[in-house]
Amino acid sequence: MPLLEIKNLTHRFEGLCAVSDFNFTLASNELVGIIGPNGAGKTTVFNLITGVYRATEGSICFSGNELVGRTPHQITKLGIARTFQNIRLFKELTVLDNVRIARYGQAIYSPLEALLHMGRYNAEEKRITDHAMELLSIFKLDDTANERSKNLPYGLQRRLEIARALATDPQLLLLDEPAAGMNPNEIKQLMEFIGWIRKTFQVTIILIEHQMRLVMGICERLVVLDFGATIAEGLPMQIQNNMKVMEAYLGKEMVK
Amino acid sequence: MPKLSAVYNNLLGKYQAVIAHKLFWPIFLTAGLLFSIAASTFDILDLYLQLILIYVGINIILTVSLNLINGYMGEFSIGHAGFMAIGAYIASILTVNIFPSSAITFLFPVAVLAGGLGAALVGLVVAVPSFKTRGDYLAIVTLAFGMIVKSGIENIDVIGGPRGFLGMEKLTNLPWVFFWTILSVWIIRNLVYSKFGRGVLSIREDEIASDLMGVNTRQVKVIAFVVSSFFAGIAGGLFAHTIQYINPRMFDIIKSTDILIMVYMGGIASIAGSILGAFIYTILLEILRPLGVWRMVLMPLMLVLLMIYRPRGIMGMREARLFIPLRDLLASKLWRQKKKEISDAPAGD
Amino acid sequence: MVYIFQQILNALQLGSIYALIALGYTMVYGILTMINFAHGDLFMVGAFFCFLIAVYLKLSFVPTLLLSMLGVAFLGVVIERLAYKPLRTAPRVSAIITALGVGLFLENFTLALNPYPQHIPALIADQTWTIGNVSISSLQIIIIALSLLLMLVLDFIVQRTKAGMAMRAISWDKTVVPLMGVPVNKIISLTFAIGTGLGGAAGMMYGLAYPVIDPYMGIMVGWKAFISAVVGGIGNIRGAMIGGFILGSVEIMVAAFLPSTYRDFVAFTLLLILLIFRPYGILGKPNPQKV
Repeated sequence: MPLLEIKNLTHRFEGLCAVSDFNFTLASNELVGIIGPNGAGKTTVFNLITGVYRATEGSICFSGNELVGRTPHQITKLGIARTFQNIRLFKELTVLDNVRIARYGQAIYSPLEALLHMGRYNAEEKRITDHAMELLSIFKLDDTANERSKNLPYGLQRRLEIARALATDPQLLLLDEPAAGMNPNEIKQLMEFIGWIRKTFQVTIILIEHQMRLVMGICERLVVLDFGATIAEGLPMQIQNNMKVMEAYLGKEMVK
Repeated sequence: MPKLSAVYNNLLGKYQAVIAHKLFWPIFLTAGLLFSIAASTFDILDLYLQLILIYVGINIILTVSLNLINGYMGEFSIGHAGFMAIGAYIASILTVNIFPSSAITFLFPVAVLAGGLGAALVGLVVAVPSFKTRGDYLAIVTLAFGMIVKSGIENIDVIGGPRGFLGMEKLTNLPWVFFWTILSVWIIRNLVYSKFGRGVLSIREDEIASDLMGVNTRQVKVIAFVVSSFFAGIAGGLFAHTIQYINPRMFDIIKSTDILIMVYMGGIASIAGSILGAFIYTILLEILRPLGVWRMVLMPLMLVLLMIYRPRGIMGMREARLFIPLRDLLASKLWRQKKKEISDAPAGD
Repeated sequence: MVYIFQQILNALQLGSIYALIALGYTMVYGILTMINFAHGDLFMVGAFFCFLIAVYLKLSFVPTLLLSMLGVAFLGVVIERLAYKPLRTAPRVSAIITALGVGLFLENFTLALNPYPQHIPALIADQTWTIGNVSISSLQIIIIALSLLLMLVLDFIVQRTKAGMAMRAISWDKTVVPLMGVPVNKIISLTFAIGTGLGGAAGMMYGLAYPVIDPYMGIMVGWKAFISAVVGGIGNIRGAMIGGFILGSVEIMVAAFLPSTYRDFVAFTLLLILLIFRPYGILGKPNPQKV
């Protein structure tokens, strides 16, 4: 059974069709890239999968569960996590807290136990904190654990965002333009980093990206969107030579 | 002559050692309780001073509970006095009309608790609009709510309507206020340093991201509103049995504004800040009493100046070490120790 | 039937006053996203300026109106420069608390200088006309007409002048607009001046219509006008006008048919219900967040 199956996904915003009849299948452990010019609807697809928007039409099936109609927090609980185009960390909170928040579902104690700091509270808090510190240390962020996340340099913030997403124990990780603002050297490191994440955390990854080096370097398969619709699909090599894709990015005149 | 900063650091270190000691809290609490009982029974403290301290305690409870919604959760609730009113009236009706008069001293905590629970129930209702609405529109909802409670009570003739309700015994004393103040500060501080508290903070920072990171934002909002209104109700019950007469106008927008000022003066998202804000506001108003009506001209002026120079309040977004759990303070340190232990351990096979 | 028409007139009168005040709230909110909680108290100051001018300078209606409006507008700009400008980059809530502080200051300063409620002498020849069985007083006509006139002038300024265009531009984007040569500070001051000036006019009319003015009169009226602005969709000028008339009508109608103690209770409950079904107000639009 495919991990993720999207059928006829359509989403309209007051007359504007952001995503139109999108179909997509994803098997476990794949690393797929979604590319396309700005405004093509890529982030909208992420928003639809994660429940930020409720799809106007279509279905999104994850491990047998229908996602359309569920709230974001339910979907995260099912095992999907994401990062954002413009980093959305909890700015005033510490690095440690940013990660610990993502363990909300895994910390098992009731509000009453929380109010009194009794019962399972202490054991669970210790568990979460240890797990968070371990995760941070794997990501080499443990030294900054007590810093407010807004004080971190840009690159570390991006790393923290990925760490936070992984703290939710996802099976599917959606990365939205992880390479934004990076130079070629950093992109190379990012490529290794993503490969390492795949292996260490056993996650399936969908990637939105503009940096072709990254996309061609690590994606096993590509989907190209333009104006909300899929215009091409296939192996990176095939996509590279696809006329329609070139037209979408460069315009018809340039391609001729 | 030792440098001032060295002296300060020395004292700070000693202070931190003391509060971290295992016996600090038991000793402090017992001492406080004994002192308040003695002060109240034997009038060690001037009666006027006792009254001031009682007001400080009640205001601390109000401020800390409102800070949960306005500071930690980042909303703008301006109807907090409404919850206070509900608690005040429920507790008063119980001790005056329902409980047998011989037992009211004994049943006083039950009455206050009932007031808190009543307010909490209403807090549950107010939480619902917060699911979809935020910011200024939620502020209006809380404003309207406060006004509805006040004008609602005015229309219930059985409990006095606009004429008010009286007959309460002066059941609130220093030991009770001490108890309830410590309890509310402790419980709200506990909540803040739990997954629900972190949830509250994440909602303030970025509600959508919070949802997407698995936080059950509805659950968190309900808990925050219920706990916040519960303690406002408690404060109401204590207040009613201090002044022995309540009427709806005591719980109108002006009262809510007072509480708002204490929250923002002391510092948003800070328990120490709330205690400080309540303390300063209450004491300041008493000290300035000789100025008559001019004290309410001076006080807002000082507030405006404070906002210009310290927009988040005196202790905005910062917490006194006293209230932060050791686990949070020492997380990094403990982890480095653990790492060192692991790397120092002899190589396994 | 007659009773209803009479009440409709009362509703228009009260609604006009609420609308004028609500406009001040909404203009400032639109341009600075700030709720100027001192606005209700500026309304009160307007009434007191009118009182002082009428009693000590003994001027007639129009000069009193103009002077009161100018006085309040001037005060509004001073407050903006001294208390709000330093907080433009601070968290929004701090500015709101500052506004509360300014409001408290105005209330108690006025109280300190003037402990007793006052009465504004009649500035308009009191004539009453009867149409059918409905009686209309000259004062009512003037209040309603003047309010409409002021609202039309405001609408004109905002929609058809350069300054108005600047106001609208700043309400959409504060960062880029100064880069286009718009004197942002001047426009903000102008907005405050107009908004508070309208509030001042409302204060004068309220003082003429209702017998007594006191330093705390701005509190409830201010909050009610604020609710009107939100009901109409805060930031939206036409919404503020609609909101003001709705609240005024609801209040008068409730008081007309139910015991007077129910007035506030029913009015606020209805408003709450309205907000539940239209959480962003009648003409308001949610701020769509880009994710």
